[in-house]
Amino acid sequence: PALGLFLFTIARDPLRIIILIAGAFFWLVSLLLSSLIWFIAVKASDPQDEPLQKGLLIFGVMFSVLLQEAFRFLYYKLLRKAIEGLVALSEDGCSPISIQQMAYVAGVGFGLMSGAFSMINLLADALGPGTVGIHGDSQLYFLTSAFMTMVLIFLHTFWGILFFHGCEHRRWWEITAVVVMHLAVSGSTFCNPLYVGSLVPSYLLMAAAAAWAYSLSGGSTQNLRRFLLCKF
Amino acid sequence: MTELSAHLPQFQHGQLTENFPDNHLSNTNDNSERRRHDNSERRRNDNPESETNGQPHNNTQQVVEQDEEEDEELTLKYGAKHVIMLFVPVTLCMVVVVATIKSVSFYTRKDGQLIYTPFTEETETVGQRALNSILNAAIMISVIIVMTILLVVLYKYRCYKVIHGWLIISSLLLLFFFSFIYLGEVFKTYNVAMDYITVALMIWNFGVVGMICIHWKGPLRLQQAYLIMISALMALVFIKYLPEWTAWLILAVISVYDLVAVLCPKGPLRMLVETAQERNETLFPALIYSSTMIWLVNMAEEDPEAQRKASKNSTYDKQAPANQTQNEDAEADDGGFSQEWQQQRDNRIGPIESTPESRAAVQALPSHSQTSEDPEERGVKLGLGDFIFYSVLVGKASATASGDWNTTLACFVAILIGLCLTLLLLAIFKKALPALPISITFGLVFYFATDNLVQPFMDQLAFHQFYI
Repeated sequence: PALGLFLFTIARDPLRIIILIAGAFFWLVSLLLSSLIWFIAVKASDPQDEPLQKGLLIFGVMFSVLLQEAFRFLYYKLLRKAIEGLVALSEDGCSPISIQQMAYVAGVGFGLMSGAFSMINLLADALGPGTVGIHGDSQLYFLTSAFMTMVLIFLHTFWGILFFHGCEHRRWWEITAVVVMHLAVSGSTFCNPLYVGSLVPSYLLMAAAAAWAYSLSGGSTQNLRRFLLCKF
Repeated sequence: MTELSAHLPQFQHGQLTENFPDNHLSNTNDNSERRRHDNSERRRNDNPESETNGQPHNNTQQVVEQDEEEDEELTLKYGAKHVIMLFVPVTLCMVVVVATIKSVSFYTRKDGQLIYTPFTEETETVGQRALNSILNAAIMISVIIVMTILLVVLYKYRCYKVIHGWLIISSLLLLFFFSFIYLGEVFKTYNVAMDYITVALMIWNFGVVGMICIHWKGPLRLQQAYLIMISALMALVFIKYLPEWTAWLILAVISVYDLVAVLCPKGPLRMLVETAQERNETLFPALIYSSTMIWLVNMAEEDPEAQRKASKNSTYDKQAPANQTQNEDAEADDGGFSQEWQQQRDNRIGPIESTPESRAAVQALPSHSQTSEDPEERGVKLGLGDFIFYSVLVGKASATASGDWNTTLACFVAILIGLCLTLLLLAIFKKALPALPISITFGLVFYFATDNLVQPFMDQLAFHQFYI
């Protein structure tokens, strides 16, 4: 689905592609820094201690979430400045791309990168020989991973929109809501392999975020109804 | 040395030609190379002001100043398009290289080394290995420097025949010999039975069409495709025959060298570009990838819009047929340079030829037509060497990284961002710029960081199925 999003909405306009790649880049940098922190923490601690390792991992995840949001904010700042430049450059005095579009693209960029990083090794290994879950682990590993990744990508997109909107209108509570949601989703994955604990809340949160973002972007139930009725 | 050459004298020269329409028409676009890479400008804020302010200051000729500014804006507007026009081929090249590395094992087997890297890396101690790789890198770099200087000297003294011949032989080698090996290895991997006659026919067709496309006329897309293919082939050769540490060291040193060679007043590449500009010639077509089609035989630049504005282009082009042929010679020479050099080498060794030349020019081609409404005509040129080294970096990342696809992806994004930044700088500075340093630096940083830091983290996360 993420690829479909990309193809239909972003690939047309070169500017959006650039914003997308830059968004992915920012996510990557945040990941880099967070793994650096984690790495240092691991090296400084006892490698034999299982629970401690897991605890450190959890700490790493939380930290990474915070860093990701921080980088989203930085990216927002950069894009704000860029918009001013674009407006100055364009012929008719208005920006060729609105801040909402940028928010959307940035969100997709983040999402794609995080999804790619989560899934790609899994996919590559899936091509090879072997059976899933042969050691007593869940057999649904691949399936749940796929769903989780998809929900994360969508979530990143919506968070992007919400976050930028919050920054635009200076509503701090929106921003904190996004951060809290992100933390909650990551935290829910800690219940894995108890999948019901992680997938279901994530999907619920995603639905909520989708509705919120949709309403922010100017949609309404009326639009939705008209769209659905037209189609069918 | 990938120069985003928006070489200042050239720019001014272009300015001059602006004022004198006749000259401008008769001169080929070479001179009209005004680098406008605005795409980055679009993305980054502050530039626009400096850009437009810079315009008048660059424009010594006030007559077309207003046109200039209009062009500027138009160019800026289409700047994003140009960046994408460069993204796509770079991405394609990298994809081809990564796909080959992943599937054909030939390119990851160690079958020996080039004679340019005589020191082996299978030594006992780490220190010795480091020393060997440093020596290898030093030898390779000096070889490249010598080649580049030789090329510049030949060009300066107008030994076009020599360069031309060199280029022809070099591309012959690449197109026939290396694609033959590549095809053979692909067939081996997929266990496809093939007889020699069919292979001979295929290779012959491929090679001849390639030679025609690159050195003479041909459809733009086809020429771009061929340039991408030969860059990928070269990159594969490099990946195969360079040992690990040497490869990374070489990448690092090449970017430093690129920086130096292009920006220092006495740098060979800079002199090359300047000479080319003085003589109103285009740089070597076989070594440069252009993104806009200025109908020039040699300056194949991809620009579909340019084709739409065919009328302008064609009039523009027709007026400079002479230049074109001359340019062609000059450009062909560039390619030949390295090839000749390679001739003297062992046949097994891959042609490094394109490197210096390819890196010779990343030029934003503001093949600005006499009218001021052809933003599409302006394109960017990227040296083939840049393609090759980007692909070498990504290919090595995919071949030898423990993080595998993660690392590959990270390096890919890093390189693209580096390219964006370089184009941004090109738009700001309007001179020939080296395209290697920023991208390679980002790529190297991300490679090592991802491989060592991110990979264990992601592994642990995937193991527990945590998501960040």
